Parts: sequence; C-alpha cells; structure tokens
Amino acid sequence: MRYLPHSEHERAEMLGVIGAANIDALFSAVPKQALKTFDLGLPAHSPEFLVEAHMRALAGKNHAGADGPFFVGAGAYRHHVPATVDHLIQRSEWLTAYTPYQPEISQGTLQMLFEFQTQVAKLTGMDVANASLYDGSTGTAEAVLMARRLTKRNKIVLSGGLHPHYRDVVKAYLKDDADLECLSASPEGQGDILDHIDETTAAIVIQTPDFYGHLRNLKTAADAAHAKGALLIVVITEVVSLGLIEAPGAYGADIVVAEGQSIGNALNFGGPYLGLLATRKEFIRQMPGRICGETVDAEGQRGFVLTLSTREQHIRREKATSNICTNSGLCALAFSIHMGLLGEAGFTRLARLNHANACKLADALATVTGVEVLNKTFFNEMTIRTAQPAATLIERLARRGILAGVPVSRLEPSDPSVANLIVLAATELTTDADIAALCAALSEELA
Amino acid sequence: MSMNNQGRPTGTGASGFTSTSGSALLPNEPLLFEIGDTEHSGVDLPDVTISASRLGGFERKMPLDLAGLTEPEAMRHYVRLSRLNHSIDSGMYPLGSCTMKHNPRLNEKMARLPGFADIHPLQPASTVQGALELMNQLSHWLMTLTNTAAVALTPKAGAHGELLGMMAIKAAQDAAGQSHRTIVLVPESAHGTNPATAAFLGYSVKPIPARDDGTVDVQAVKDALSPEVAAIMLTNPNTCGLFEPQVIEIAEAVHAAGAFFYCDGANFNAIMGVVRPGDLGIDAMHINLHKTFSTPHGGGGPGAGPVVLSEALAPFAPVPFVRKGGNGLELVEHAEGGALGRITAFQGQMGMYVRALTYMLSHGGDGLAQAAQDAVLNANYIKARLQHVFSVPFGDYPTMHEALFDDSFLAGTGVTTLDFAKALIDEGFHPMTMYFPLVVHGAMLIEPTESESKQTLDHFCDVMAELATDAKAGNATRFTAAPLKAPRRRLDETRAARSPILKWERKDELPKAAE
Repeated sequence: MRYLPHSEHERAEMLGVIGAANIDALFSAVPKQALKTFDLGLPAHSPEFLVEAHMRALAGKNHAGADGPFFVGAGAYRHHVPATVDHLIQRSEWLTAYTPYQPEISQGTLQMLFEFQTQVAKLTGMDVANASLYDGSTGTAEAVLMARRLTKRNKIVLSGGLHPHYRDVVKAYLKDDADLECLSASPEGQGDILDHIDETTAAIVIQTPDFYGHLRNLKTAADAAHAKGALLIVVITEVVSLGLIEAPGAYGADIVVAEGQSIGNALNFGGPYLGLLATRKEFIRQMPGRICGETVDAEGQRGFVLTLSTREQHIRREKATSNICTNSGLCALAFSIHMGLLGEAGFTRLARLNHANACKLADALATVTGVEVLNKTFFNEMTIRTAQPAATLIERLARRGILAGVPVSRLEPSDPSVANLIVLAATELTTDADIAALCAALSEELA
Repeated sequence: MSMNNQGRPTGTGASGFTSTSGSALLPNEPLLFEIGDTEHSGVDLPDVTISASRLGGFERKMPLDLAGLTEPEAMRHYVRLSRLNHSIDSGMYPLGSCTMKHNPRLNEKMARLPGFADIHPLQPASTVQGALELMNQLSHWLMTLTNTAAVALTPKAGAHGELLGMMAIKAAQDAAGQSHRTIVLVPESAHGTNPATAAFLGYSVKPIPARDDGTVDVQAVKDALSPEVAAIMLTNPNTCGLFEPQVIEIAEAVHAAGAFFYCDGANFNAIMGVVRPGDLGIDAMHINLHKTFSTPHGGGGPGAGPVVLSEALAPFAPVPFVRKGGNGLELVEHAEGGALGRITAFQGQMGMYVRALTYMLSHGGDGLAQAAQDAVLNANYIKARLQHVFSVPFGDYPTMHEALFDDSFLAGTGVTTLDFAKALIDEGFHPMTMYFPLVVHGAMLIEPTESESKQTLDHFCDVMAELATDAKAGNATRFTAAPLKAPRRRLDETRAARSPILKWERKDELPKAAE
C-alpha cells in the first residue's frame, strides 16, 4: 500500500521491540465480540490510475460551470480564480500545516492570517476581523449569539431578504426559540424590519445585496437599531459587491458577516467556503473563532500569535464563547492571496465588471416577453418573475445546457407567492453570448 | 535575523541532525501592506465604465485601501511566508489528538476536477448526479466502517459535528417527551469542544472522573445516570490513547437509563476497519475527515465532520441528504417530521468528501485496517522505546494510536514541559501535544500516525531520549531559551492578549489598538 511505509519485516521487528506476539495483542482492550468479527465487504486497495478513473467517471456525470451559459448565484458565485492562487495554496507548507499553536514555526500561517484580518476589516469598514469561520451561514448564527451575549437581550429579527438557508441555520442554532422573529420573504425589496425593533431586541439581521439582489438601506437600519439599544448585523453573501457598494462600517454596522467564497475559492458544490466576521473593537472579547495578533519575540522581533484564546473551548470548556475549533484556514489563504493580487485597483475593476454585466443581463431580460425584472437596485444579482412556474422552467433550460439561476421555490417551498421567481447572477465570467443564449431560450420556453 | 543563532548554546542533537544555518534563505518578510500599494495589481481586468448604475445611491465612499501585488511579487511574498511554516510534508508532526498523517496528492487532483470544483450547490439535481452519487458512496463507506444506520455529511468540522450529534439527541428526546433530560455526562479527559458543545445546547455538564488507569469508571457513570441525564459524550479511544475496555457496559448502562451515547470520533484513526463503533453501542459519532481520512489541515481548516447515527437517531438527521427518487438521485433539502433542520447553507464540504473518498478507494477496506494497525503499532513502538526515559502514567493496557507520557522526569531540572517541547523544534520536530489531556499533570501526548517510517520513529525516539538526558544533566538553558533555530524565538503571548493588535495600520493613522 503506497501510503504505508512499513515492510512486513519492519512490522515484525517493531512488534519484537514492543514485546507483542502479534498486532492483535495491541488491541487486547477491545471487547472480544467487537474485534474484527466482521467482513466489511469493502473493495480492496487500488492503484492510483484506477481510483482516478472512478472519480473521473463520477465527475463526468456533472454539468460543470464552464460547460455552458451559467447564471446561478444565490449565495455562491462563479468567479475566476487566478492560477497563482491555486498553485500557492498547494505548497506543502500551507496545505499540510496544522493550526498554528506553535507560533515559532508557524509564522507563515500567522502573518497571512494577520494580513487576512486586515483585508477583511478594510473591506467591511470595521475595526477588527477574526481569522475566519466555517462559512457565511454558520457565521450568521455565531453573530446572532454574539449579539445576545453583548446586549444581554434575546430578541433577534431576521430580515425577509436574508438568504433562506442562513435563516434556517439561525433557526436550528437557536432551536427556533420564541425570541427569534423571521420576517416573510421580500422578493421585491419590501418589508419594514424597522417596525420590529423594540427594547428587548438584541439585533436585527439585514443582508445587502439581499437574497433577491436588492441593495438595502443600512443607515436607517443602524440608526433605528441603535435608538433602541439593539445591534445591526449585516450579512453579505457576495463580497465582490464591497468594491462598489459602501462599507457597512460606514453606516454604523455592529457586526458584519460575509461569505468569502467569491474571492479565491471555487464553487465546490457548496464547500469548503469561508466565513468572514468583523466587528467593533470594543466587542472583540465576545467574538467567536480564532484571532491572530501581533507581538514580539524574545529578541524584540515582530511576530504573530493566536491570541485572546481565553474565549475558546480548549481553555474555557463549557464557558467558551463558541465550540468552534477548526476554522477555514486554507480558504482564508486563498482569499488573501486573491485579494492581494487584486489590490484596490483590481478589486474595484472586478466589482465594476460584475455590475456592468449584471446591468446588461437585467436590460436584456426586461425585453423578454413573459419576464419581469423585480429589481430597481442590484449589484450582480437580480430576481425575475416568469410567466410559468420557475422550477420546471429552470429544469427545461438545464436540458438545453443553460443553468439559468435558482428557482426561489427550491429554498421557500411552502410560500406559493414565490413559485414563479428566479434569482440570477452575472459575474465577470458572463459573456454577451451567454446573455443572448439565455434570453433566446427563455423567449422560446415562455412563448 | 531569523535563523541566526550565533553565540548561543544549541546542543547538537543525538543522532546527527544538523541545522543548515540557512538564514539567508529565510529572510524576514514584510507585510503585504508594506510591499504593495493600492495601484499595483496582479490581475488584468478591463476597466469598464457604467453609464447607468443600479446601485441606488449606495456607492462606496470609504477608501478600500487594499494593497495589491503583481504576480511575481505575490509569488515571492507567499512562497517566502510559506517557508516559515512547519508542515507534515517537511517533518514529523507528533501532535496527539490531531492525526497529522500524510495528505495524498491524488486527493487534491481529484478535488480540482471541474466536475467537482466547478459545480454550484443550487444547480438542478439532474445536472449533478455524479456529485450526489459521490456523497452516497462516501456515506456507504462511513456507515460500513462504523456499522451504523445513517450518516449526516454536512457538518463543517469536528466541533460542528458534535453540535449536530447533540442536536439530534435533543430533537429525539424532545420528540419522545423527554425534554426534562438536561444533564450531559462528560469525562474529565474529554476534548474542550465536548463540554462547550453541551453547554451551548443548554445542557449542564457533569464531569466523570477518570480511574487511576486512565479509563472511565463504569461505576461512576452508573452512579451519575438518572432520569435527568440526556447523554454521555465519550471519546473512544480516549484522549489518554486508551481503548475504553468497558465501553459496551457503559453503553448498555446509558441506554438502560434512557440516555444516548455520543462518541467523539476524533481518534477513529486507531480503529478504522478493525473495530466498528456501532458494535460498541454508540448512537452518534462524528468523524473528522481532516484527521482520519487525510484531507489536509490547511493551517487550521477547512475540516469536515460527518456524523454517523444509530437507528434511533436516524430520523433526526439534518437536511440536506441524498435519496433515490423517480428520476435518479435527489437532494432532500427541507425538514420533514421531527428533523432538526439545517446546520449549514448548501451541502457541506464537498471538496473534503472528494478527498476522503479518494483516500478510502486508494486504501480499500484492507488498507484502512492496515493503516489503523500501523498507527497503533507506531505509538506502541514509541512507548516501548521511551518508557524507560519518560514515565508512563497509564501502563496497564497497550496504548492505541497515541503514546502518553508525563513530565515527572523534569522534576528539579528547572525545565518545563513547554521548554522541553520548544527544544524539540530545534531538532526539526513539531512539538507533541502538551498539557492535554487535563487528567495527567504535565501530559505529553504523542501521535505518530501510520505515515511515519521506522527510520523516522527511531530518529524521533533518539532525539527525545537525548533531550531528556540533557535536561536531567542540568543543561537547562538549551530548553528555557529554545527555540533558537526557528524563524522566531519565543513569542510574547501575554503582550498579544493584553493590548491586542489585530490588524495592520498605517504609521500615519492614529494609534487605535483595540483594548
């Protein structure tokens, strides 16, 4: 077996040093009725080329993004990742390092995390960021719990524009308790969350651009929340938008959570992704997850360490701020390299290109009979109402090789009012030909 | 300077390991923001103008101030930074409880196939039949290796899996009118995530003391069981590296009391293919794909923590999951009945599923069992070779995949366990896990995994023995000053926590370090 270094001779020699008659002697604590009393019925070990053939066959049954016009977004976005990013993250020293608990021999990872935290703070316009969370959805749940700890209040209000999966994750984390208020879906950007804030409110949660693509007014939300002593949690699923849209920190957001997948990370059918969490400096001791900080070594040289660990489970056990242990280190690295390659100049151009393509898409869709674009504002994503139920329409378009977006009913099956709605996204990868193909196919299907 | 150790006592190591004095190859690397500026970019993109923006007046006014690098600058920055890291590819990582095994590169290659990497989680199911089939195949392997009825793939890491498993237990008990069960039993040797998870769900944690031999006291469990106990969270093999010999008796007592048995599967590497946890009576167990099934740790994630579930808990699995439908495989994305809903957006860590299944297919059932046996062989070999140098707190049973020593050999030397571990860095090894499990004073927990050759193990044992001899001989400065040959000397963690500096700021900005 190519991954196991011992020869049979060496195994025997080692058993001799141990003083064990055979390998089973080392498993003597296992109850007799449980030790190798079964036949797993699993295939035997296999050469690399056969494993590769098996996996390629599975991969070949999927329609990849590059196989045709692609407009699927709704919380995960198909962007170009520079070749440099994927090369660098596969370097052994990044890929096969552990969590940097021994800072003297982990300065690469630690300095990268410090740079990452700086990038996230600048993007969001917040004071500080952590070293990443699993993804945007679990990050939102962590932010909600953090707001409860900070305010010692319980009521949480989720905007009707929050990604339905994110809402469902918050519901599961909060066990759907009575203090959680989920506003109904607002595909036209409607719904006034501000009326739901009172003196018991810990936080309101607003996504912008929201699930349906609308840009939300964070200034009025922050002012209304703060007037009642509540916090504003801002959720962003498309971080590229921050290249063109004002930073939540400029409006007075208290906690910003984002899905960072768009920068540096492939679609990967949903994971691994990357949760970003940024906040005000006075809140850092209630932040969940790992945090990297600057310090000096015994010779006074600048260096970096994981810090504020007294919040964490391995120190505090049942009193920890979160049970989180692992974060998304390698995805954070991919994000940080890609963002470092873009820089302000490239990131702004990228955001503008996304918006420009989305404008073209919206304008083209508006000309299709049987299609109504619901958005007055958007960044790179929008919602359309079609003359036919969306789910079957999307399926028919997929058969034509066009992945035309996400039927909202897939995420909100119990809400009949969204049955004819589709959420679509454009990115820098969307071409004029893609848009023309989509519109032509929609026209035919809806005729 | 980084590797410069001139004028300092270093010791030579026992077996001829020499450092390269290679500081010229390891220069200090400035921060990204000290190299780049806002005008440089390593990405060529057309500069489009937008005539009629749809941003509704929310245009960004706050400066981004993000430094950019051209491609050659970026390559150099990240390659230089990478060289300041220890990694499993460059040396042994004997971190107990972390299972730092070899990460096969075939896994990486497969995860990057466009049919896996370039598919969207919300594409129509008809366009991702291969991905759903892969999830089914991975589930089959996990259920077969554990002899369990169901598996929830979606947890993003071990702690997330624990959370899910305990949520499923809570959902099952709520559905059965058992909501009064508010206590979770957690042995003192448990990982910190266990009590943190139980407390997160509103349970009160009742610690179970360890016996003198390092195993859980069955009688203490029986005494602690009551109609208020919801579950026990037990790690097996436990964090002392021992298989719990009475685990079946514990499971039976827990079940007789109407409670569930949550098993922390962090140490599954010791028994995969050799013992099936379902045969021991577990109800839920998370499996760290990034430990047992070789998906890379990546400097702290991403991980993946699927949870296998017993018949009793299977109905309480979260969404989404894959099932056979009329038109092939389909994803069930919405909760039915008493299920607990969704614990993450989308389908979980697909990239990790691909890597783990690739690893499983490469090993086969026979290779996985051999890997577990080799992991146990290696740990026992280290224990055998070093038990006369270090004291073994629990010597009654063979160890499993970890060798546990304590620091009593350092008494009176002026050297702490931490000092000893830092000296190991100067010999080219990552330190072992220290001060964990908490039930052993000055614990040193060593997990070699199956990936280390006998030659490496011998070298490691030689170095450990030589260091111990030197510590006892009174050469304390070799330890208290260590590491001397790493890119940094010891870092001031107290200072980092007292006045946190969590991001880079321009020199001309007002100092506003967070308090």
